[in-house]
Amino acid sequence: MGIRYSFGGDEHLFVECSEEMSLDAFFKSLSMTNGIRDSEIKGITEICPANASFQVKFDPDIIKPDDLLREVKSIEGAAAKSEPVIRTRIIEIPVLYNDPWTHETLMRFRERHQDPTSTDLEYAARINHHATVDDFIAAHAGSPWFVSMVGFVAGLPFMYQMVDRQRQIEVPKYLRPRTDTPKLTIGHGGCFGCIYSVRGAGGYQMFGVTPMPIFDPTQTTSYLRDFMVFFRPGDIVKFKPIDRPAYDQAVEEVDNGQFAPPIRDVSFDLREFSKDIDGYNAKLEGVLNGH
Amino acid sequence: MAIKVVHHGLATTVQDLGRPGYFHLGIPVGGAMDRYAMRAANLLVGNDEGAAGLEAVFMGPQLEFTADALVAVTGADMPVKIDGVDQPGWTALKVKAGQKLSFDFLNSGARICIAVSGGIDVPVALGSRSTYPIGALGGDKGRPIQAGDELPVGEGSLASEGRGVDPGLRRVPGKLAELRVLPGLYWHRLTEAAKETFFADEWKVANEADRMGYRFKGGRKLDLVEREQPFGAGSDPSNIVDSCYPYGSIQVPGGTEPIILHRDAVSGGGYFMVGTVIAADMDLIGQLQPHTPTRFVKVDMDQALAARADEAVRLERLRATLKS
Repeated sequence: MGIRYSFGGDEHLFVECSEEMSLDAFFKSLSMTNGIRDSEIKGITEICPANASFQVKFDPDIIKPDDLLREVKSIEGAAAKSEPVIRTRIIEIPVLYNDPWTHETLMRFRERHQDPTSTDLEYAARINHHATVDDFIAAHAGSPWFVSMVGFVAGLPFMYQMVDRQRQIEVPKYLRPRTDTPKLTIGHGGCFGCIYSVRGAGGYQMFGVTPMPIFDPTQTTSYLRDFMVFFRPGDIVKFKPIDRPAYDQAVEEVDNGQFAPPIRDVSFDLREFSKDIDGYNAKLEGVLNGH
Repeated sequence: MAIKVVHHGLATTVQDLGRPGYFHLGIPVGGAMDRYAMRAANLLVGNDEGAAGLEAVFMGPQLEFTADALVAVTGADMPVKIDGVDQPGWTALKVKAGQKLSFDFLNSGARICIAVSGGIDVPVALGSRSTYPIGALGGDKGRPIQAGDELPVGEGSLASEGRGVDPGLRRVPGKLAELRVLPGLYWHRLTEAAKETFFADEWKVANEADRMGYRFKGGRKLDLVEREQPFGAGSDPSNIVDSCYPYGSIQVPGGTEPIILHRDAVSGGGYFMVGTVIAADMDLIGQLQPHTPTRFVKVDMDQALAARADEAVRLERLRATLKS
């Protein structure tokens, strides 16, 4: 896997660990960004990990671009030797699939869609070879997801499903992006799932909505009082399908400060995961459910 | 003291020099689009360069002051009035309690910066008072100002009325804007022909030009080198596996209309980028009106750093003339 370096103007170093997405590429990027953070190179102002790449923002008045490039390249070797193991957390997130709000929105933007005669769920189910929408939802909620990037807008997680490539859901983005997406929509584009943290423009297919806020600038949500953004790269998410009464109840709990998502600390070992994906996921889910 | 907003103008927001440190969470740096102009306005009224002021685009607000203050308006050429009487731009102006600051039609440029002695004293959010409307963060209630708002103002001094910025130290866009670009990022995805036409063609600023990004039209479509799309990127040849977007980077969805990402940009996404506008030219972008003819000028890293040094010298000269 060749790493590609490029400068984004005079203030950014862009590092592509792989052209294509994989957990190997994500872990390579994560170990390099950790290595860069630990090295405390003077002049680096921000480190932004992405799915299979990352970006370092720097002040060229403090460190010359070529010197920074040399220092970051020197970390590449050490990162390759580091073990693909992280301490992280697994979170259960309730989802009302096929909800009325994303349905209303997708009907409003139907002329921007590849298949105006079906819904986003029906389209995604069909092109991913699932017999029914319910089968598709079962696959979407059936295996956990890795948060491989936080960004686009405030606190939005990009998520990569922890299944073998044959089972990975792939869908195109809308032909033209929508100007509106309900807050907390569960979306999917390319191979990535996401949760829209705020209402706004978007191009991902829309599958459902969660009652659980993940960005709160007022920091009044009980689990966002320490920091307004919920997700961090490396978090593991397991979706739990819920029905409308359960959704309404969760919204009420959020409003009165009682909602608390199940969160457990776990360690993740990419090598062990790769040997037995479904078995490893079952163990992760066991931790989540307190087994 | 406070400022009463009589009319909000167009998308007028509280801005300072921005909120670095949270881009990895999708929260952009924000801050004034034309930072040089915001620094100048603050220095004129005796503030720290990083104090919060107002940024208005195309149309100025109408503001009433509840106490005496010093104000300065910099950036675009938009005639300034106090109680209807013309005032010079780039100059420290005395405003008395009860007087109104207003503006005439825009002559050139796109954005004005309004500084008031003491600075706009809205709460600091993640280290900055800048408004990030999409995230409902910062500024006054996380949104552009509206008629009826009362903006709190900090303690300032009323010294040095009448000082101005030397015309040689003001930058206004010419008839043809030139933006210097360092090719890179996914530059290799363009065909050799597209690499040439990108810099040869005259582009025009499109109507979709705001704090998040500036779109350009009018140049030839940029063809991409054929390839099998990498897993996870999406089917369009201009798609990539979603990655970080540097500030100033130029993405070209579908190869047709380049978009330069600016202060409130999304932090990442799935479109390829051909290169990045150098830091020295970022302020200028915010002063471009729709339809402004624009050329992208190819530079290398040494030229980018030289331009950066020139900008630093200009800023030092500004400070030297206003801090004495």
